[in-house]
Amino acid sequence: PAGQSPVPQTKGKPRLLLMGQRRSGKSSISSVVFHKLPPQETLFLESTARIQKDSLNSFMDFQVWDFPGQIDIFDNPNFTFDMDAIFGEIGALIWVIDAQDDYLEAVARLNNTILHLQRGYPHINIEVFIHKVDGLSDDYKLDIQRDVTIRIQDELSDQGVENAPVNFHLTSIYNHSIFEAFSKVIQKLIPRLGQLEAMLTNLCRTCRFEKAYLFDVNTKIYIATDNTPEDMASYEICSDYVDVIIDFTEVYGSWKRPDEWRDKVEAAPWKQGIESQIACEWAESGMVLADQQRPIMLREVDRFLALVAIMKEGSYDKMPQVNMNVDVVVKGLIEFFEITKTKATPGVVVGALAGDGGGE
Amino acid sequence: QLKKVKKQKVLLMGKSGSGKSSMRSIIFSNYLARDTRRLGATIDIDLSHVKFLGNLTLNLWDCGGQEAFMENYLSQQRAHVFSNVGVLIYVFDIESRDVERDLATYVNIISALVQYSREAKVFVLIHKMDLIQPMMREDVFESRAGVVRRKTAETIAMVRKQQPELTSPSGGSGGPMMMMGPGPGNYPHHPYHQNQHHPQQQSQNPPSAAPIPQLDTEMQLFATSIWDQSLYKAWASIIHDLVPNLSIIETQLASLGSAICADEILLFERTSFLVVSKWSSPHGDTNPYGDRFERMSNILKSWKHTCSKYTGTPRNAEQFSDFSYKMGANFSMFVTKFTTNTYILVCMPPGEARFNSAKLNVAAARPWFRFLDGPVIAPSSM
Ligand SMILES: Nc1nc2c(ncn2[C@@H]2O[C@H](COP(=O)(O)OP(=O)(O)OP(=O)(O)O)[C@@H](O)[C@H]2O)c(=O)[nH]1
Ligand SMILES: Nc1nc2c(ncn2[C@@H]2O[C@H](COP(=O)(O)OP(=O)(O)O)[C@@H](O)[C@H]2O)c(=O)[nH]1
Ligand SMILES: [Mg+2]
Repeated sequence: PAGQSPVPQTKGKPRLLLMGQRRSGKSSISSVVFHKLPPQETLFLESTARIQKDSLNSFMDFQVWDFPGQIDIFDNPNFTFDMDAIFGEIGALIWVIDAQDDYLEAVARLNNTILHLQRGYPHINIEVFIHKVDGLSDDYKLDIQRDVTIRIQDELSDQGVENAPVNFHLTSIYNHSIFEAFSKVIQKLIPRLGQLEAMLTNLCRTCRFEKAYLFDVNTKIYIATDNTPEDMASYEICSDYVDVIIDFTEVYGSWKRPDEWRDKVEAAPWKQGIESQIACEWAESGMVLADQQRPIMLREVDRFLALVAIMKEGSYDKMPQVNMNVDVVVKGLIEFFEITKTKATPGVVVGALAGDGGGE
Repeated sequence: QLKKVKKQKVLLMGKSGSGKSSMRSIIFSNYLARDTRRLGATIDIDLSHVKFLGNLTLNLWDCGGQEAFMENYLSQQRAHVFSNVGVLIYVFDIESRDVERDLATYVNIISALVQYSREAKVFVLIHKMDLIQPMMREDVFESRAGVVRRKTAETIAMVRKQQPELTSPSGGSGGPMMMMGPGPGNYPHHPYHQNQHHPQQQSQNPPSAAPIPQLDTEMQLFATSIWDQSLYKAWASIIHDLVPNLSIIETQLASLGSAICADEILLFERTSFLVVSKWSSPHGDTNPYGDRFERMSNILKSWKHTCSKYTGTPRNAEQFSDFSYKMGANFSMFVTKFTTNTYILVCMPPGEARFNSAKLNVAAARPWFRFLDGPVIAPSSM
């Protein structure tokens, strides 16, 4: 799905706008995905009164703006919003609809929003999150999705708008669906996604991996995968793997050991500095599923990214060779992101291989 | 000397809807927290035998908490329910509107317990703490815990006054439990009854020579929720004192830990992933995360779920055999299947050679711990 709609490169950070009715779940979504709030604790969130702007430093710097539900930016008698300031540097508009509530008004407002945007900012991706679908049956979920889609398309074609970039996602903060949906949204903002995907596809072939994902560790959003068909089950186990590693790291790796600890570790019989005792300076992990001896591996790429892959049955003994191949790909990935980072820097012309031009 | 199989009667009580069956299902049957929404109210007593390691069986009495049942336990079934109890776990729902009434029921249960099983340990869980705003949890818990402690003390003092013979040494000829006999009125014969052994009957000293213990029941309070690791902390404490041969386990873990230069070792029971025993080196002990043991239980248990969902194998089945993680120059760890009934987690300083030799040594140490799998086999060394 690389480059579904061309992303106009503008200056600054891509921005995700969260909009929708009050209590539809916008703040819950941004707290769960971007601030690791346990989903059940969203019950205590207070209603958002003003636009909540979050800046996230990750493999790609972006912003998340959470809009209060009661404000309609296109129809506000009190004061007008500076539309360019909101939509000028956009990544995507995420519109949240509460599937457990009556959604007619939400759909009407969404239609109105799409029409406005089509006039001024037609390149903006509109991502509709049909939200809170936990507890709804699969059939019912699809019914709602169909109903919402038809209501929007009918209205748009009545107004003469065709092919507006509107996508639908069924989401809940109580399972992986919200992370999956965000993954899709973010992937559309990555320049040269196809090249990333090709790197992972290659890796899968040389290492006999079944599936490989590149994760943004902090948000558990996957920013690329290989070209085998999408598979929710693989995504879930790999994403939970990242969780386990984060938890282990917090408990055992986030505090400073006393100096004597280091002295002891470097003393006889090892007699070496810690750095020369280790094989890899980044985090690496392997795990074997009991049923078929199927291994899963994880390798940190940089401060933000980790590669997670499910291997074929019984390939645990090939780990040394696998690790060598993974090392090569990791180097490639690091280069890739150095280049794209520079490209997204203000002033650099889109599409030009910037080399070492930009900097920050 | 290794002790034989131990059976423990564990009563799980509290008002209907307080979360007893939910906790039991999560800890021992690998339910997810959200699956518990499907549980119906327990009718009368739901009895289950949980095999824990090779040599401990928990006879778990999940007592449905609707009022009619509670009255019945206190009257007709009184002796049957409250005799030979090793542990009472009493659950309070923090959200309950009628605190006075909850406490009144609790007091009645404690009176019955001290009447029939005066050495039983009592664990009080103040449950559903997730429903309290995070900032207020500690205060809410402390104030509720204070009330429960006071009520417990009052109740025990009152029972002692009414039945002074309970504290007098004269009646102690037959050992603590025999003294109580079948209690007032003949309770109906119950098939499970033959299985009950009181822990004291296995103590080293002959019962008659043992000092008559205080009536004051030992009590511990915990704030719990099925939505976080607090559940594992409470239940690990509950089972901790019940595990036979604990001191042997502790000694052997310590020798293993020193031998491989580990920072920390945790030993988990394979199904519940409760921490059976743990050892930390002096450096490992400086870890500021005091809740790390229950956190590890929680993390590994939910990881087990993930694997089960992915592989399509039953939730109680073994899900992973080995998990290793090296965090650069920071630390290394592995979690691996250890004996038939246990998993072991080892956290250690970084270094390839150290890691590899630790893995080999842990594998070599398995025979020392084989007694965890059954009552008959003695440890081959130490
Ligand atoms: N919020 C919250 N809900 C919980 C917690 N523990 C249990 N529950 C819910 O409470 C409800 C009742 O739980 P049960 O475990 O069936 O209650 P019980 O104590 O066994 O009730 P009886 O069998 O009638 O005595 C279920 O819907 C659980 O999901 C908790 O820690 N927090
Ligand atoms: N069942 C369910 N409830 C949700 C979900 N997401 C959010 N909620 C609840 O919806 C309520 C409103 O959420 P909030 O984020 O404050 O809405 P906002 O006004 O759009 O920011 C909260 O009580 C959340 O716990 C979901 O995926 N499923
Ligand atoms: Mg029940």
